[in-house]
Amino acid sequence: MPKKEHLNKVMVIGSGPIIIGQAAEFDYAGSQACRALKEEGLEVVLVNSNPATIMTDANIADRVYIEPLTVEFLEEIISKERPDGLLATLGGQAGLNLAVQLAEKGVLEKYRVELLGTPLKAIEQAEDRELFKETMQKLGEPIPESTIVEDVASAVEFANEIGYPIIVRPAYTMGGTGGGIADNEEELIEIVIKGLKYSMIGQVLIERSVAGWKEIEYEVMRDSADNCITVCNMENFDPVGVHTGDSIVVAPSQTLTDHEYQMLRSASLRIIRELGIEGGCNAQYALDPDSNRYYVIEVNPRVSRSSALASKATGYPIAKVSAKIAAGYTLDEITNAVTQKTKACFEPALDYCVVKFPRWPFDKFVYADKTLGTQMKATGEVMSIDRNFEGAILKAVRSLEIGVHRLQMEKMAAWDDARVKKHLGRVNDERIFAIAEALRRGIADVDEIHEITKIDKWFLYKLKHITDIENRIREEEITPKLMLAAKNVGLADRSIAELSGRTMDEIRTMRKTMGILPCYKMVDTCAAEFEAATPYYYSTFHAQEDEVEVSGARKVMVLGSGPIRIGQGVEFDYCSVHSVWALREMGIEAIIVNNNPETVSTDFDISDRLYFEPLTTEDVLNIIDKEKPEGVIVQFGGQTAINLAASLQQAGVKVFGTSVNDIDRAEDRERFDEVLTQTKIPRPTGISVTNLEDAITGAGKIGYPVMVRPSYVLGGRAMEIVYNEKELRDYMSRAVKVTPDHPVLVDRYMQGTEVEVDGISDGVDVVIPGIMEHVERAGVHSGDSIAVYPPQTLSSKIIYTIIDYTKRLALALHVKGLLNIQYVVSDGEVYVIEVNPRSSRTVPFLSKVTNVQMVNVATRVALGSTLKELGYHSGMVTPKPYVAVKAPVFSFAKMQDVDISLGPEMKSTGEVMGIDYHYARALYKAITGAGMNVPTKGCILFTVADKDKEEMKQLAKAFDDLGFKLVATAGTAKAIQSIGIDADVVGKVHERSSDIIQMIKTGKIHMVINTLTQGSHSPKGTGGVSPRAVARDGFKIRRATVEHGIACLTSLDTAWEVLRVLSFMRERRLVYSLALQDYVGGGDDLA
Amino acid sequence: MNGKLILEDGSIFTGKLLNHSKATGEVVFNTGMTGYQEILTDPSYCRQIVTLTYPLVGNYGIAELFMQSRKSFVNGFIIGELCDEGSNWHYEMSLADFLTKQGIPCLYDVDTRAVTRKIRSAGTMKGIIVSEDAAQTEIDELLAVPIKKEVVAEVTTPSVYEIAAEKEDAPHVVAMDFGVKQNILDSLHRLGCRLTVVPCHTKAEELLAMQPDGIFLSNGPGDPKDLPEITGEIKKLIGKKPMFGICLGHQLFARAMGADTYKLKFGHRGSNQPVKNLKNGRVHISSQNHGYAVDEASLRGLPLEVTHISVNDGTVEGIRHTELPIYSVQYHPEASPGPDDNLYLFDEFLTMMKEG
Repeated sequence: MPKKEHLNKVMVIGSGPIIIGQAAEFDYAGSQACRALKEEGLEVVLVNSNPATIMTDANIADRVYIEPLTVEFLEEIISKERPDGLLATLGGQAGLNLAVQLAEKGVLEKYRVELLGTPLKAIEQAEDRELFKETMQKLGEPIPESTIVEDVASAVEFANEIGYPIIVRPAYTMGGTGGGIADNEEELIEIVIKGLKYSMIGQVLIERSVAGWKEIEYEVMRDSADNCITVCNMENFDPVGVHTGDSIVVAPSQTLTDHEYQMLRSASLRIIRELGIEGGCNAQYALDPDSNRYYVIEVNPRVSRSSALASKATGYPIAKVSAKIAAGYTLDEITNAVTQKTKACFEPALDYCVVKFPRWPFDKFVYADKTLGTQMKATGEVMSIDRNFEGAILKAVRSLEIGVHRLQMEKMAAWDDARVKKHLGRVNDERIFAIAEALRRGIADVDEIHEITKIDKWFLYKLKHITDIENRIREEEITPKLMLAAKNVGLADRSIAELSGRTMDEIRTMRKTMGILPCYKMVDTCAAEFEAATPYYYSTFHAQEDEVEVSGARKVMVLGSGPIRIGQGVEFDYCSVHSVWALREMGIEAIIVNNNPETVSTDFDISDRLYFEPLTTEDVLNIIDKEKPEGVIVQFGGQTAINLAASLQQAGVKVFGTSVNDIDRAEDRERFDEVLTQTKIPRPTGISVTNLEDAITGAGKIGYPVMVRPSYVLGGRAMEIVYNEKELRDYMSRAVKVTPDHPVLVDRYMQGTEVEVDGISDGVDVVIPGIMEHVERAGVHSGDSIAVYPPQTLSSKIIYTIIDYTKRLALALHVKGLLNIQYVVSDGEVYVIEVNPRSSRTVPFLSKVTNVQMVNVATRVALGSTLKELGYHSGMVTPKPYVAVKAPVFSFAKMQDVDISLGPEMKSTGEVMGIDYHYARALYKAITGAGMNVPTKGCILFTVADKDKEEMKQLAKAFDDLGFKLVATAGTAKAIQSIGIDADVVGKVHERSSDIIQMIKTGKIHMVINTLTQGSHSPKGTGGVSPRAVARDGFKIRRATVEHGIACLTSLDTAWEVLRVLSFMRERRLVYSLALQDYVGGGDDLA
Repeated sequence: MNGKLILEDGSIFTGKLLNHSKATGEVVFNTGMTGYQEILTDPSYCRQIVTLTYPLVGNYGIAELFMQSRKSFVNGFIIGELCDEGSNWHYEMSLADFLTKQGIPCLYDVDTRAVTRKIRSAGTMKGIIVSEDAAQTEIDELLAVPIKKEVVAEVTTPSVYEIAAEKEDAPHVVAMDFGVKQNILDSLHRLGCRLTVVPCHTKAEELLAMQPDGIFLSNGPGDPKDLPEITGEIKKLIGKKPMFGICLGHQLFARAMGADTYKLKFGHRGSNQPVKNLKNGRVHISSQNHGYAVDEASLRGLPLEVTHISVNDGTVEGIRHTELPIYSVQYHPEASPGPDDNLYLFDEFLTMMKEG
């Protein structure tokens, strides 16, 4: 069937900000879909609130709306654009939920918009538990005995009937929010209560637990002619019980017979047919390891995280094909993009093994519960490819950037046998490392580990192959045979070095002398059956033929940013992609190295050559040995790429852009101080100390509060603000190990306005596309602050100073490309906080709103162009007449024991943007887009620290003026009452009747303004919360707001801005949209 | 011990030799990711050296249940990793033990992707498996061994046997066994057929004397051109009873009708082959294993129509007699290994028999 003739304009809904359970995979899917639709001559209207994505670039869709993903805004855009069709299946659960709401509200009907891809009925059949059950029963597909409950008593009754363990899943949520496994009644009650809250429709499914069974997934496609194919199947290393997003996954399945493989494949086809989906679908199964019995666990009637993984694992572009199907084509009419000869109507054949490994945020939230269950906790993932499982799993492990390069955690090496064994039974992020440790020591065999973990023995034998070789390397002479065996099981040179007591360089040289080099193979969807055109490669030592031919063209390598994690999100993938595009525009062959399957950068048609490999010195050098590029660009791949700069340069590789030495001058505290002295730029007074006494003396001189942190940190790790000597002593003894080699920095904490600048320099000129002012005062991590472009409160003198300082710093650091600087403005003075000689989190945001192609320009400059040649002159680009606000988005709902209060340690996982000609409306869009429910009336709870009480009074008065009812804890209420305003006193937590938590739970409070009391200012330790802090009232109140979806403002600065929005709301309409093209084009009327 | 695969064009692929054994045969590749046991025991691979593109083989061991014939008829097996720690509840023995027991030379730890790339670009060719230290004379000798033709006689049942049906009035299918896969018989049996399986050299008269309701022409190894006698017998059967052919049976039917067959460059072997049904435009994924195909041009003027084509290369995948109840397909609706999307073809046979 050819393209649907009546379709001219299609609206695509993106997935919004990155949160746990919904990450960069939807940028990949959405960008691919938009491009596929444009290829068909369709006009594409895109709506997504996330500015950090490629899909919200003005060239991806004809009309790009960076607006909140709410029904109100979508209706506004639909009424304006009048699209013929709506494609919502590429925007994750968020997109799907919105499609349902738009249909239910009659918007689609009113504007005659055809829902493309998945029919509404299918969404309901897959998402509504009762309908799902009915549908599966009709098909004869087994599902675990279950029931839908809307109250706790029914849940308990059912559990008593079928017995424990019982799984609880809320309806209409993503990433399993609010679900869990209950082993007894007490646990059941707790989980059900929470699940009911999270469900959009107040329903939870409780069902028989099949924990311990094999978990298998299928990615299926169907077109309007009812042709169905499976793209890929996947097997989870972790048996049922761990959310698939938190599981190590292999593709294809490894331990299934053909019969089992086909049995589940056929079931998947029956399901997608029954649902009538046109596009992609994901089906998850639990397969009994001891019989042919299986259960359907879940069906996602849309493109998902797994489909992004399947696309990268097979080379089959699911999102692209889904978009073509939505436009009317059938699978046999769509060309296989990889072979360019065959059609998309086939099933990919893999001739390699793929491993996906989740990346968890436990390095940031060290006190968070690391137990893995039905609620997803990973922020991102890595993927790896090799000809065997051993090679693939070790590649994955070293791609994680969690300080390991093989299946060994340093801390476990120090554990006694009993402790290692005990950890085998703990289902958490470290389990695979405990298994490897046990195998390495020989304290448990495969059978015993299987008994404890239920992980299939096939996987365990493979891990044992690795540890056996490790043990041999430790004991034997490294012969060529042993070296080859080591490389065949995927051990890195660094690991072999560590095991044999040599250096990595020695091993590398030894290995190369032995002639043991990797071969590169192609991912081609067809196991080499047909010639392929795709430049998508992976390495293996398990081969004879290197099939990758190197071109003689001018080429440059771009290093990607690895897995999505807190502090390094999709922004850096955006930058990598733009750098690749810039190189290609320049006629240079762009080679990208990255390991994140969710991203646009690892889409095989982005670069000239894609190497899906770990970002370590060895893996990158191996590719460089082969490709011999002119040089490497490291400034766009976040800290991941920057960290490789020195070792690559040492190996003789040219690093384009700012030199390794200058990067070090910016990052090393002492050397940076020299730069500041030389440029005469002030920074907050500070000292570097190597013992507690010096810290106390120093802090006394500087004056409390002080900001303390270890000297080598990134993303604000282990950074705290301490208010007195007692806290300082506590910090020094608890959070850091201070030694002469690892000094601690003690800086004056300045409560000023934080300002962030991104600039581009060629060593002569410095272009500043824009300046951003933070709403929250310094002390809150810049990534967690609301940022406003252009600044709203800074005087021209301050701005002039900032421009001047930025120029001076860029030139002093000989920056060639991008740099990011954070300033604090206090009492009319500008101080520099830090300089990052690389692209930053704000580059995509700023590029979009200023219309300066920052990465493109920076790439050209790094390769030798001058800014003048490119048409830029030194100084700040004239600010735009509109305002753009970037607001952070958190995943607190997924991390139960994390304090939501903000501090120097970054906690947000994503961001949204609001843009408008009115600051207040831009702000409204940003905070609405970020998911904050701003109440227009009702009751506000105030509970603030003593230090904030004075400032709070005016705020309370303003809210009172707007007609809000105020309630407050005793002390705060007293302060409010002192200026003659009514505020009811509420009891503290557990003061029974008027308990705050009860009030939040029962919906009597609509917003909370809570600042931290001194002494509890930062959660203890590096992120997360200590058990002591958990017991505090403030923590309980804050968590209660998360669990009940109530806005909780932990900074008075944020509260003032919310107030501004509320006042504005009285005067103007809030829902008003323009496309990005209208803003940057300067056209359209003002609202 | 180390061994190697030497192709007749001189290319060498190294690996490890499972048993000290050697082999000569036509080297073909299969892209299926599961089903190594079904592939090994599919008689259509008789005398061939089979290489698998999926590199991890033996993961779930071997079980009697999955045998597609009484033994494996392959001449050699070329794979990546030979897994000797299989894990599955069906597991009865390891793949290595099975290969040893069946006396099949196996070269493992081979870069099978390199082998596949060679064959897909140069075409199917003869190859030998030898130990690393084989003398040149031995290599020359092995390479000189001709590829045996007419191997159907080797794989067919030596004598007639019956598979009873549960119901008395079950349709009676006589299956001509050119190397039939067990699951074809099982699929027909599951649909309620009574089966009589006859050797390949059975005469038309003998066969008709069994009073079949339908005749089934099975899959099997080799070039259909090498089987003129069998073709002659099939010719006699046309028009007598409803008939259904699979793979070699399909080619023999076409030849019996006067059509021609030819050798494909490297054949279709895998579980992911898309086939388009020209009647309704629907595409199904099929399991395939064939090195020869029916020449579409040769069908002109014959009472045959093309019903199915390969989506990948447009070659003929199914034909039907325009007047008589006879049809055949080039691919394997019985799967094992592969997807069971095409079981409907057996249903059609049943309907045909009922309608007489």
